[in-house]
Amino acid sequence: MKDLFRGELVRFTLEEPETAAKAELRWTHDTELHRLLDGDPAQLFSEKKIREWIEKQSADSSMPERYSFSVRTLAEDQYIGFLGLWVDLIHSEAWVGLGIGEREFWSKGYGTDMMKLCLQYVFTELCLERLSLGVHAYNPRAIRSYEKCGFRLEGRTRGDVLREGRRTDSLWMGILRAEWMQMQNGDRT
Amino acid sequence: MFDIQTQLFESQDVRFAPIDHEKDPEVEARWTHDSEFMRMIDTVPARPMSAALIRKQYEKLEKQVEEDKNLYHFMIRLKADDRLIGKAMIHRIEWTNGNGFIRLGIGMATDQRKGYGTQALRMLLRFAFAELNLYRVSASVPEYNEGAIALLQKFGFVQEVCRRKSLERDGRRWDLYFFGLLNDEWRNQPQAALPKSIGTVVSGVTPQRHEVEG
Amino acid sequence: MKDVLTGKLVRLAAFDPEEMSKAFTRWNLNSEYQRLSNSDPTRMPSAKRNAKWMEDRVAELSPARYHFSIRTLAEDKLIGELGLDVVDWSGRDAFVGLGIGETEYWGKGYGTDVMNVLLRFAFTEINLRRVTLSVFEYNPRAIRSYEKAGFRHEGYLRNFLNRAGHRWNEIYMGILREEWMGLNTDTAG
Repeated sequence: MKDLFRGELVRFTLEEPETAAKAELRWTHDTELHRLLDGDPAQLFSEKKIREWIEKQSADSSMPERYSFSVRTLAEDQYIGFLGLWVDLIHSEAWVGLGIGEREFWSKGYGTDMMKLCLQYVFTELCLERLSLGVHAYNPRAIRSYEKCGFRLEGRTRGDVLREGRRTDSLWMGILRAEWMQMQNGDRT
Repeated sequence: MFDIQTQLFESQDVRFAPIDHEKDPEVEARWTHDSEFMRMIDTVPARPMSAALIRKQYEKLEKQVEEDKNLYHFMIRLKADDRLIGKAMIHRIEWTNGNGFIRLGIGMATDQRKGYGTQALRMLLRFAFAELNLYRVSASVPEYNEGAIALLQKFGFVQEVCRRKSLERDGRRWDLYFFGLLNDEWRNQPQAALPKSIGTVVSGVTPQRHEVEG
Repeated sequence: MKDVLTGKLVRLAAFDPEEMSKAFTRWNLNSEYQRLSNSDPTRMPSAKRNAKWMEDRVAELSPARYHFSIRTLAEDKLIGELGLDVVDWSGRDAFVGLGIGETEYWGKGYGTDVMNVLLRFAFTEINLRRVTLSVFEYNPRAIRSYEKAGFRHEGYLRNFLNRAGHRWNEIYMGILREEWMGLNTDTAG
């Protein structure tokens, strides 16, 4: 059985709330990062508040509907980001959201590696049927990464987000288990 | 045209109203026992609920409306006898982006196919676009809810997303659609206008089932 | 979309803690009913204590737990209760427990009808892959009712119960989705 939490560049782990909160505090100051990830206004929260949320999330993680991972690089063992899963148990579908807080790790394949690890976890350990995500149209780097992982574009909600005086769409992408399995079999031949 | 005279919450046969904490739980509890209806209107499993539980949910809902300030909820009542026939809401509102999701449902089969859903949706959209000033609204509908799809399309909603095989029900998987309507699109339609005086006949095709969810 | 709460003799309705706790108190006066349902020694908990415990469970609205009251279609009479507990999401297996408290409805096909409705709900609305139940060896009426609904014997815990001066087995039965679908070919698929 493969190590589910070990990819080629990164591994999944769970940071202690103290470490996680300190890193996330720093990351919240990077508004470009926030704007790539979220549609709600950028905000600054105290380390205390962030830590409370992380602790609550750890408690939630014991429920089968929520999975949270911290991400560390294999080479330097550096804590660089996070990945979260929200699972709909009835319909066997999950939503994924991920982010790399440490900018020097952008555009180097780390995001793709994180997503590949996530896909393996979702389809072979959680045994779900579908993984979904939403991404901003102004985040082509992420879109390309997701396409590489096998996600297909399923549509766009028009003018969903207003930022810097411009309206942009949200893109919705999804991958089915059968599609992912086919990709894996393709790799083996 | 600056029309503040036409009532936002009144239509020909139906009106929007607040929750009646005493009488409404019984009515809604009955709807939850109709699994055909519940499976049309929601993706969560159908689950029959007692009036007591519904009453608790109403309290949570009103608290949410007050605290979160990102949802508006209306009961739909028949003007003739003041009976509760359905519910409508705009939720998941993102104020900075000007978007939200709509949900609407008419509970009993005997109240459907009478144009009430059309009237309710018309009011809901006017509220969303002319009062909340949203840029766009979305609705999510399973592919098997043909009535809701027809109603949305009648109001100019465009199918924007097909979330493939997102739902499982009755032993198979179904697609879930996102429909979207922009404020500009709504504004330019004849259906947008409410009758100037109540009593004007409202024309339109009556759809089958007009439960839409968001 | 099909109706998944109505059978030929009964329908599954809301589990109202106040109504049910009163009914339980009445049904539990019948020690035969208790001995068929429970492995604990028979006792008589107060209606009030039952109600609070039930209220909390029902209000949870957990995707893993479903409680129903059983009502006759003819007279809309409350005759019993039913619970479905998802034990394991990756295996999609749930445990079902049902009891018909009104003894005049025993041996008339009501149990089988309830189970048929429950299985449709379990397999086409909660999307489970199997349903499990346990039944005492000295309850042949129930065993036959479950066999009629399609359950198969899967094993038994030997000498699990000690009652009336004798040791009894607890029998485990299960039904798979494919098996149920084979018996109910009117399901879309």
